[in-house]
Amino acid sequence: MKLERKTRSKVEIPTASMPDIIFMLLIFFMVTTVMREYDGLDVLLPRAQEIQKLESKREITHVWARKDGVVSINDHVVPVKKMRQLFYAELVKKKGKMTVSLEADKDAPMKLISDIHTEMREVNALRLSYATLRKGGNNQ
Amino acid sequence: MIIKERRGPQEIPSSSMADIAFLLLIFFLLTTTMSMDKGINIVLPPPGQEEIEIPKENITNILINQAGKVLLDNKPFKIRDIAGFAERAIARNKNMIFSVQPHPKTKYDVYVQVLDQLKMAKAKKISIANPTE
Repeated sequence: MKLERKTRSKVEIPTASMPDIIFMLLIFFMVTTVMREYDGLDVLLPRAQEIQKLESKREITHVWARKDGVVSINDHVVPVKKMRQLFYAELVKKKGKMTVSLEADKDAPMKLISDIHTEMREVNALRLSYATLRKGGNNQ
Repeated sequence: MIIKERRGPQEIPSSSMADIAFLLLIFFLLTTTMSMDKGINIVLPPPGQEEIEIPKENITNILINQAGKVLLDNKPFKIRDIAGFAERAIARNKNMIFSVQPHPKTKYDVYVQVLDQLKMAKAKKISIANPTE
């Protein structure tokens, strides 16, 4: 004789709290998101292994340096000798806590990089980070 | 006499709230970028610092010429061998200062590779000289 199966109540995933969960995710992403602010210049970054993250996005000033010597700070193209004014303005805006992220082309000459160092030192902006990509597996 | 019809309390429809939240969520998911800024961090010396005399045995000179060849303590070195050399130098002398001296036309790439090697050897004292011929 076949036993008749008892009709079970349908099992469902509770969906009542779904909006709350989604709202929580939403708030998380809203807080962590930082819109890409700058377009930058066209550069090929060098690669390195020992790279560190930069802590606070709000303290970073982006500097791009192309191999032909064109330099831009936060998307303002300026001559190298006038960089200190913009560095100073940024330093004031960030209340003295500023890190420069230098995104220089890998074929840029050291003369240019050194000139940027000098401009930064002039206004006491001393924290610098050479932006690099992570090196792939091989040792080359 | 007109009797006002009693209306029930008006409510904002909340059934579509989840959909709206989903839409916003997807937007923020797509626009978010997790910290992209990575690199080799250094601190420059303050301006106007006068030259300090450093005993010769505490300095390792690293010269980089415009072709990207490296001269370490007057001996030619392969870039990827620098880390090992630097590590031994630090083990011998904790106050070892590495003085990187590039040529004005040295490529930035080579310079970053050399710095990377020094960072790999956990070198804390790195000095960057102004490029000279």
